[in-house]
Amino acid sequence: MDSPGAHIKDDSIDATHGCILYIEGLTVSFDGFKALNNLNLYIDDGELRCIIGPNGAGKTTMMDVITGKTRPDHGTVFFGQSHDLTKMTEYEISHMGIGRKFQKPTVFLNHTVFENLELALHAKKGVWQSLTRSLVGEQRDTIEEGLETIGLKEQKNLRSALLSHGQKQWLEIGMLLVQNPRLLLIDEPVAGMTHQETERTAELLKSLAGKHSVVVVEHEMDFIRSIANRVTVLHEGHVLADGKMEEVQNDPKVIEVYLGS
Amino acid sequence: MIKKIATLHSFKGWILTFILLGIALVLLPLLNLLVPEESVLHVPDYIFSLLGKYLCYALVALAVDLIWGYTGILSLGHGVFFSMGGYAMGMYLMRSIGKEGVYKSDLPDFMVFLDWKELPWYWYGFDYFAFTLLVILILPGLFAFTFGYFAFRSRIKGVYFAIITQAMTYALMLLFFRNNTGFGGNNGLTDFKRILGYSLHEPSTKVGLYIITIIVLFLSYLLSRYVVRSKLGRILTAIRDAESRVMFSGYNTLHYKLFVWTLSAFLCGIAGALYVPQVGIINPSEMQPSNSIEMAIWVAVGGRGTLSGALIGAGLVNGAKSWFTVAAPDYWLYFLGTLFIVLTLFFPKGLVGFFSRFSSKDKMREPS
Ligand SMILES: Nc1ncnc2c1ncn2[C@@H]1O[C@H](COP(=O)(O)OP(=O)(O)OP(=O)(O)O)[C@@H](O)[C@H]1O
Ligand SMILES: [Mg+2]
Repeated sequence: MDSPGAHIKDDSIDATHGCILYIEGLTVSFDGFKALNNLNLYIDDGELRCIIGPNGAGKTTMMDVITGKTRPDHGTVFFGQSHDLTKMTEYEISHMGIGRKFQKPTVFLNHTVFENLELALHAKKGVWQSLTRSLVGEQRDTIEEGLETIGLKEQKNLRSALLSHGQKQWLEIGMLLVQNPRLLLIDEPVAGMTHQETERTAELLKSLAGKHSVVVVEHEMDFIRSIANRVTVLHEGHVLADGKMEEVQNDPKVIEVYLGS
Repeated sequence: MIKKIATLHSFKGWILTFILLGIALVLLPLLNLLVPEESVLHVPDYIFSLLGKYLCYALVALAVDLIWGYTGILSLGHGVFFSMGGYAMGMYLMRSIGKEGVYKSDLPDFMVFLDWKELPWYWYGFDYFAFTLLVILILPGLFAFTFGYFAFRSRIKGVYFAIITQAMTYALMLLFFRNNTGFGGNNGLTDFKRILGYSLHEPSTKVGLYIITIIVLFLSYLLSRYVVRSKLGRILTAIRDAESRVMFSGYNTLHYKLFVWTLSAFLCGIAGALYVPQVGIINPSEMQPSNSIEMAIWVAVGGRGTLSGALIGAGLVNGAKSWFTVAAPDYWLYFLGTLFIVLTLFFPKGLVGFFSRFSSKDKMREPS
């Protein structure tokens, strides 16, 4: 039982035009209410993009569509030139090289930190492989590296339910990293973090850009300011403004939306 | 291979396993054969059929635990898989009666009674043990696979899945109740005489079946242990705890659920097949909705997500049931219901979970 997605390698993602993700004309409605309304958004290969917007703007819904959790009513989401994600399942999309951190931290609470990374690790993910194979040295190294990056080396044999909220957020980011994705979608990474934790997270995310494309959704403005090159503002399911942080902040439309809400 | 098996338990775990096996496989039969009947140490013959029955239930509990305890999919329809194995074995045992039935016919008595002239086609083959064995090993799993494929593909989960499995067992029970279905109606299949030529009334046959049941249970336990301790096992518990995270990590959870669901039905079918010759009857009441619910309760009592818990739970609840049916038959269901509520409220991890709280070693880890 080889998962079909397993054969698609990262290098089949054609980002020759400089763009890794093309979201076009995306509309999603829930009982008539349009959570996304003709959304167009392009993410460059290797860029770090921040997405902000008031509650209910459709940020999480957008990630749901990109990762196959929600099917859109209209529109397409292309990963590279040739893969339409709206036609694929969650695990196929993951195999193509898209990793996602949920808004509410989602790690496997009954597994140790190490096991969490083991399960996420980039590997063959069919039933038979999982039943018969054990970790090889190289894979252990990748996990150890991941532990180092997220600063949870000491906690590696701890059940992850016992981690602090911030540590869980990091663990989840670590799980994305060992998947070695082309594109990371990160929904509210610093919610519930202390000031120091927030700073470390900013460092971490900045260090990822270039090797990966990263899309970060956040409400925490100081955090955005510390990492962002380019910011996109979503409002009522479409893009309200887009550009450098200072430009966006001074955009009257944006100010109105934020003050009005 | 041997090395891999050896790592399934700690040293202490293996010692305990072998002590239990020694008692069950050597000590009890010896106490039956060598100790004179007057002695208090004598183990009477009937004990073996009784224990054999419990061991079959323990195998069922193991199967239910794999799918519910580890994977978080509550099935309230395992009575169906149990009955499939049971009926297949029952059909073989019926055919082994030959012309020694009440009506001295080559057909099973109930068919003569219904005035049937020839064997229905789906009874062909059950004259042969090898064919029967094949059906026992394949049919419950195949049925489960098909059912599971449609249910899991439609992403039916949680209480909805539990309800459709209840509906499944209820529907099949009604079907088997009908005389025309050809499995003996509400009386089911019974009055068996022999298995593979050995008389089922001989104590030695009973002990033999009992020993086979222990060996099968032991092997199934090792297999389950191997499964839950592999990476696949960790994926199963991960599916239980956060399925969407598993999917976004690149696993096709449909395949994983199908695998464990089919494995579970497979083990349950074997349990049913071992149960029937030792108990002497299989009838549609095994598919009563409440029977399948009881199976889940065994696991809940012992401790979901621990294999030893499933085994202990099946033993304890059925021991209690045997006692109640003699002492206070009317109160059994009340007792069971109360037990279930108390457990879910106060001991959500069952007895094993409760006691392993006291061993500090397990604090970091889930008991397994
Ligand atoms: N499954 C659903 N069913 C019905 N409505 C939904 C569903 N998911 C989202 N919505 C609605 O769609 C809108 C957009 O939700 P979404 O979660 O995408 O917002 P968001 O920008 O992530 O907000 P927040 O900043 O609060 O996380 C909200 O009004 C929400 O109530
Ligand atoms: Mg959101």
